Amino acid sequence: MPFDSYLKKRRAEKDILLMTHLVLGYPSWETCLQVIESMVKAGVDLMELQIPFSEPMADGPVILQANQKALEKGVTVRQCLNFAREMAGRFDIPFFMMGYYNILFKFGLDQFATALAEGNLKGAIVPDLPPEEGHEYLRVMKQQGLSPILFFSPTTPDSRMGHIASLARGFIYCLSRKGVTGADTSFSQEMAGYLVRCREATSLPLAVGFGIKDKSDVDFLKGKTDIAVIGSQTIRIVEQQGSGAVGAFIRSLR
Amino acid sequence: MNTRGYYGIFGGAFIPEILVSTFDELVEAFEKAKNDSVFWREYEEIMSTYSCRPTPLTFAENLSRHFGGARLYIKREDLNHTGAHKANNVMGQGLLVKRMKKTRVIAETGAGQHGVATATMAAKFGLRCTIYMGAVDVKRQRPNVFWMQRLGAEVVPVTEGTGLLKDAINAAFRDWITHMDDTHYVLGTACGPHPFPEMVSYFQSIIGQEARKQILEKEGKLPKGIYACVGGGSNALGIFRAFLDDPVELVGVEAGGKGLETGQHASRLASKDGSIGVAQGYKTYFLQDGDGQMRETHSVAAGLDYIGVSPILSALKEQGRIRAEAVTDQEVMDALSLTIRKEGLIPALESAHAFAQAFKEAGRLSREDIILINQSGRGDKDIFTIADAFDDPSWKVFIQEKANEYAI
Ligand SMILES: Cc1ncc(COP(=O)(O)O)c(C=O)c1O
Repeated sequence: MPFDSYLKKRRAEKDILLMTHLVLGYPSWETCLQVIESMVKAGVDLMELQIPFSEPMADGPVILQANQKALEKGVTVRQCLNFAREMAGRFDIPFFMMGYYNILFKFGLDQFATALAEGNLKGAIVPDLPPEEGHEYLRVMKQQGLSPILFFSPTTPDSRMGHIASLARGFIYCLSRKGVTGADTSFSQEMAGYLVRCREATSLPLAVGFGIKDKSDVDFLKGKTDIAVIGSQTIRIVEQQGSGAVGAFIRSLR
Repeated sequence: MNTRGYYGIFGGAFIPEILVSTFDELVEAFEKAKNDSVFWREYEEIMSTYSCRPTPLTFAENLSRHFGGARLYIKREDLNHTGAHKANNVMGQGLLVKRMKKTRVIAETGAGQHGVATATMAAKFGLRCTIYMGAVDVKRQRPNVFWMQRLGAEVVPVTEGTGLLKDAINAAFRDWITHMDDTHYVLGTACGPHPFPEMVSYFQSIIGQEARKQILEKEGKLPKGIYACVGGGSNALGIFRAFLDDPVELVGVEAGGKGLETGQHASRLASKDGSIGVAQGYKTYFLQDGDGQMRETHSVAAGLDYIGVSPILSALKEQGRIRAEAVTDQEVMDALSLTIRKEGLIPALESAHAFAQAFKEAGRLSREDIILINQSGRGDKDIFTIADAFDDPSWKVFIQEKANEYAI
């Protein structure tokens, strides 16, 4: 099923969708597989799989260390793409690759997009690639029918949101606040106002991420957005309680 | 929306969306200042009354005689307040910070020179200040940590990654992403996203402007070659920029560490190990593996121990306008020794890289030729490293005694 129709259908069934995030190869490939399996069972609707990078500039301590430890174990880009492809074949939800631009650049943009398409992955999330620098990336993603997920942030003016929306496909990732991943977010009136601006700028589905940890955060987002993204918190749960705790955590969110 | 800040295929601004408006603001403030003739005068005024500009050009008579070739001149950036060329950039950005009405500055530092310069500027301009420094560099440049703290800055040791300069840069960006409303990131070299390469090299260009005038006054002709060390490339571009259109050979000297063949170096342009990539917000030559993961680097000089290099230098290298070289840690220590003994000058370990390469070539030139070396900083900060390298016995006794005093 094309990604857009999948999202519409799921969204008709649920008042908010959940997207989770995982650093590939951390703490191990087996754990990644177990975590994905429990998450899909617990009703996660889509997942972003991060290819570890040595300089993850926009990530906070939890994801930063996961990146570093994965690299220490020798995780390669090839392994990540192969694993993602295997997951996409095994589980019936859409998977996105997330990674910093140098990973795509060194792999070759064309080859990267081809690998995603052949692996039945739906698109990519590249946090350090603003559309101004992404012409070639946007072109190859379009060519392969993939979604380049672009960002809105609270500092993005309306006119720029409009432009970004015109280049995006799939959904838009709205950063909940200033700051890196992992820190607390205050789900406030101010944020509600920002989400109204996001909603007005595009008809694409909206995902909100950074700092979402529990049911009250997810409840706040219901009716304001389509997808809630849970990143650092799942990594913390796996680190502290093991992969077995992930299913119950996801179920506790809605 | 347009794409700015490219030098050939290098440069750009690969930044997270959250920082785009901060960079727009910075680009605008910089462009306005640059086109405001009052601004550069304001800048020169503060550099002459607070720092030590114009810095002199010193004729190295003894070294020239020693090599029996070219006449060696040394541009004395070590005489800047805080002991390095870093002051030029920092005071310039400080004036911009005042224009942008921000109240806090952050910076990364490798050798500590940029951190000390930033902390000094913050003290003078009344700004809050946080300095990120790799944990490894905190250890090897301890005297500078002491000064930054005395100046009122908070020094944050960065343990992530390799604990070196690149990790301090990442940490500073993370801080900025969170606090951009009141904070300016005073990047210390001509690297990073646009407009930093342009802005930093613009402020540093005062070095070459002065040097060009000084050598013409003194010798009535241009030098044959100019030698500068290359960490990120700010002191090199600072002296090179004024000579780009002249028939002068420009030589950038990188850290050859334990030798290019060992892989333990920080040579992105002169070795075969560098390849084009995009990290820390810009496209340039990086020391990275085939997957695009950054490699470990090594240099005896903390300020040269960096994975990337100014996109402006990458472009000039590809155009054939600059020559890139690398010298080993050992060659640097030898050059340092010789300079101290022959001229009574103590260059920083970073600067001594430029000396080492110039020394290799001076003897091959004629007495009619002039070469110019940029002494980017002074070596006081390196006293521990230098004493170690020379295995100085009396220094060890002194440290032992000092330690005993504290142990009580
Ligand atoms: C004295 C000195 N020279 C040179 C450098 C290298 O930096 P750049 O290449 O930007 O001049 C440093 C950096 O810390 C330094 O402290």
